[in-house]
Amino acid sequence: MSTVQAIDWAATAPLLAVAVTAVVVLVVDAFTHHPRWAGLLSVLGLAVATVSVLPLVGDDRATFCLPDGRGCSFVVDELTIGFWVVVLAGTLLTVMLSAVGAIDDRVPTGEHHFLLLCSAAGALAIAGARDLATLVIALELVSLPAFALVGLKRGDRRSAEAALKFFLVSVVATAVMLYGISLVYGVTGSMHVGGIRAALADGAEPAGVLAIGVVLSLFGLLFKVAAVPLHGWVPDTYVGAPPAVAAYLSVVSKAAGFVALLVLLSRAFGEYGEVWGPILAAVAALTMTVGNVLALRQRHAVRLLAWSSVGQSGFMLAPLAVVADGRAEVSGAAAEAVLAYLLIYSVVNLGAFAVVAAVSRHRPAGAISDYQGLVRRQPWAGVGLAFALLCLAGLPPGIAGLFAKVVVFESVVTGGLGWLAVVMAVNVAIGLAYYVRWMAVVLGPVGEDSASPEVHPAVAAAIGATLVAAIGLSVVPSAVLGLLG
Amino acid sequence: MSWLLPLLVALPATGALALAVWPRSSADRLGAMVGVAVAAATFAVSLLVAVLTWGRDGMRLESEAAWIPALDVWWRAGVDGISLPLVLLTTLLSLLCMVALLWERPERVRALVLSLLLLETGVLGTFVVLDLVLFFVFFEVVLIPMWFVIADWGDRHDPAGRRRAATVFLLLTVAGSAVMLVGFLVVHAHTGTFDMVELAERGGLGMSTQVQVLAAAAIGLGLAVKAPMWPLHIWLPDAHGKAPTVGSVLLAGVLLKMGTYGFVRIWVPAVPEGAQALAPYLACLAAVGIVYGSFACLAQSDLKRLVAYSSVGHMGFVLLGIATLTPVGLNGALVANIAHGLITGLLFFLAGALKDRHGSAELTAIGRGLYARSPRLAAVLAVTAMASLGLPGLAGFWGEMLTLLGAFDPAEALPRATFLACMVAGGVGAVLTAAYFLHVVRRLCQGEPETAPAEASTRELATWSPLLVLTVVLGLAPGLLLTITDPAVRLLLGGDG
Repeated sequence: MSTVQAIDWAATAPLLAVAVTAVVVLVVDAFTHHPRWAGLLSVLGLAVATVSVLPLVGDDRATFCLPDGRGCSFVVDELTIGFWVVVLAGTLLTVMLSAVGAIDDRVPTGEHHFLLLCSAAGALAIAGARDLATLVIALELVSLPAFALVGLKRGDRRSAEAALKFFLVSVVATAVMLYGISLVYGVTGSMHVGGIRAALADGAEPAGVLAIGVVLSLFGLLFKVAAVPLHGWVPDTYVGAPPAVAAYLSVVSKAAGFVALLVLLSRAFGEYGEVWGPILAAVAALTMTVGNVLALRQRHAVRLLAWSSVGQSGFMLAPLAVVADGRAEVSGAAAEAVLAYLLIYSVVNLGAFAVVAAVSRHRPAGAISDYQGLVRRQPWAGVGLAFALLCLAGLPPGIAGLFAKVVVFESVVTGGLGWLAVVMAVNVAIGLAYYVRWMAVVLGPVGEDSASPEVHPAVAAAIGATLVAAIGLSVVPSAVLGLLG
Repeated sequence: MSWLLPLLVALPATGALALAVWPRSSADRLGAMVGVAVAAATFAVSLLVAVLTWGRDGMRLESEAAWIPALDVWWRAGVDGISLPLVLLTTLLSLLCMVALLWERPERVRALVLSLLLLETGVLGTFVVLDLVLFFVFFEVVLIPMWFVIADWGDRHDPAGRRRAATVFLLLTVAGSAVMLVGFLVVHAHTGTFDMVELAERGGLGMSTQVQVLAAAAIGLGLAVKAPMWPLHIWLPDAHGKAPTVGSVLLAGVLLKMGTYGFVRIWVPAVPEGAQALAPYLACLAAVGIVYGSFACLAQSDLKRLVAYSSVGHMGFVLLGIATLTPVGLNGALVANIAHGLITGLLFFLAGALKDRHGSAELTAIGRGLYARSPRLAAVLAVTAMASLGLPGLAGFWGEMLTLLGAFDPAEALPRATFLACMVAGGVGAVLTAAYFLHVVRRLCQGEPETAPAEASTRELATWSPLLVLTVVLGLAPGLLLTITDPAVRLLLGGDG
């Protein structure tokens, strides 16, 4: 029996393309003194990665398999591809927001892009990871560059502090997660999701230890998605980081956490649904409530988006609580709901951050009042932000956001968690309160500052792309609903 | 497949879109004119709809197309005797509001017209769609435009207050409609369809009583916030008081009807056992609302707030009629709905006109002696007030009478004693209503003139006259309305009507 595993290079091509580009960017940046190269090369690498995804669509593949068929470490299926779209598009938009002249001048461009692409490679890896070791390594590959990304602003103490806070919380969460994984491995004897699932179904003993292991292994992922009580790092980190990085953290890095949760819960830990189901439901309710209530008080744009993104995480966690439901249509719908919500949320949240990046370039203080009458000073930026906020709130004309909420409500209701649906209904109203307040500022009359800020072309393109996508999804929501069916 | 209803909903939306992309320089001058043109076209289409469907039973002009197959969401639309009068009321009031803006010339009129057109889209959509999710979507469409109408063009003297009023309205309604969505999803989870017609035909088949009660409670809550039902009416007095005239007219005239329409179209037929279980509670709360609204009115010193509280009472009658679950009660509710739209719409036009003249809608600020100062305005006000208090011969009478008649003899499964008590409370409320409107007429119209005269202009009279004429016509010939609502109601209630 050969111990050398056959590798399906085509299945890993997107991830390799991004990783190789990261190294190329670093090398090129070291030898040229033109910072624009980093951005252009990154775009090129992401384009290559996107093209290499195309042949994989509609074709399930598995690689890095154990020789005796006990499981594969890397799988490309509908879920993987759906999520790759989020990562690639999200990273591309982040690169656009990081263009020279658009991002803070104190950020070293080459290093920034290198770290960004490394982290994106990790996020791509997570979507395909089907064993716990690969999952943890991929998760760290997302996180470690992210710490540096946050703290990369030269001579900015707030940035460094944000990075440190982010780092410390992350390390604790990862340590707890590793402990949980060791317990799971110890009891089940398997690292692969399929093996764990089989062991759980066979009634692996001691069940108590296993239950603790299962719950603890979710810890690191709950940190990534900013679930309460592991959300404390979010506001300071987002505010300290450049808007482009905050956008990346709130979309790509968070999506990485969600896809890993989805894989673990639905494909490995399903048998223990009674153990973690109620916990996740409670965490979801807490997360959306805490995030929304604290967002109410914010007067700072990025801080508001930070708390709002905590609140939005709660909505995405809610269907996860029923993802292991015994009825196949309920669990399938729950997985679809998470993915659909994630896709729509990514588009509109990136749109909001793109406008924040454009405005904060000229008004670094970042107060909500800086957006006074933006729609008259910068019509496209204003319309883009207003529409993104409406979608985040889930109110027409932001139909995309509305249906994101509808699918989540539906999966929670069919899963039998009526109380959670009611908590969500209340949270929709709380969330709306701050979104609409900001939107009113954007659409209101021009304040004292009537200057029209110049918007960098790359940022303008990012705003336009997200706006077009959000409007498109509002007209044809079915484009992202029911993807996994 | 008929394109008329999609056209009806799309017309105002297209107008709004055109205004949004119109070059800024000329848009403010043209805004009101575009508004009038679009609203007139929409009104014409709705008249065409009426001509094509008048007197024909069942759902007419149906259209159907899959929108989101993954969620089982369809575009389904149609009109029958229940929705047609509301559609006509909506297009008429919208047109009159646009015409009023033509004379009034507020600031940023383009944005205001845009909001009003979006509002009209949402209301019309709500009245014609036959899919629960679509109903929810259109139910939500009106919120953001209405928020802007109140928050940006509301009471000029109280920017913080109008913003607060708008936000309270928005948040309460959103919370309510999100709960309503949960109810819809519960229904879908047990029946597998969002089709209102099919659900009405099934009559709750596939859902246990417990599920129906749960769904009816959730759906009813969302609709009750909008209607509004006491004690969920708390958003209403402020929203009406602070809204600009056109906002109040549309809010009272058509937005409230979305709630009561939902009760008739969805709540009663789709979850009948749940409706039966909850109807006594609805009746009691409705009766409390009638009495509460009347007493609150007696204590008001601001004309707009007074009319707002009177709406709570009138909508109480509508809800009481629905709660009886009988053809008589439901017909009464539908007639009262339309009458309230006409009369209260007109009252808000009048209150707005007085507020513009005196800078405040306080009764003391308006002063006495309107008969002497501005006889035409005072005459219209007096007639409308009489209509609102339910004087026989005017539109307000029939709805209230039929409603009370329905409460006298509710559906068999309902506790009759409770409904008799509600009927008595409703009667007391009607008397109190008479008291406060007579009080208003005496305070404003009679007495020695105190301030300078400000007669109603011909333009204003022209704007108000359609409503006044219809109030009289419906008062003299309620059969016009009942001949089209009655067959639809009986169809809805099934054989037992």
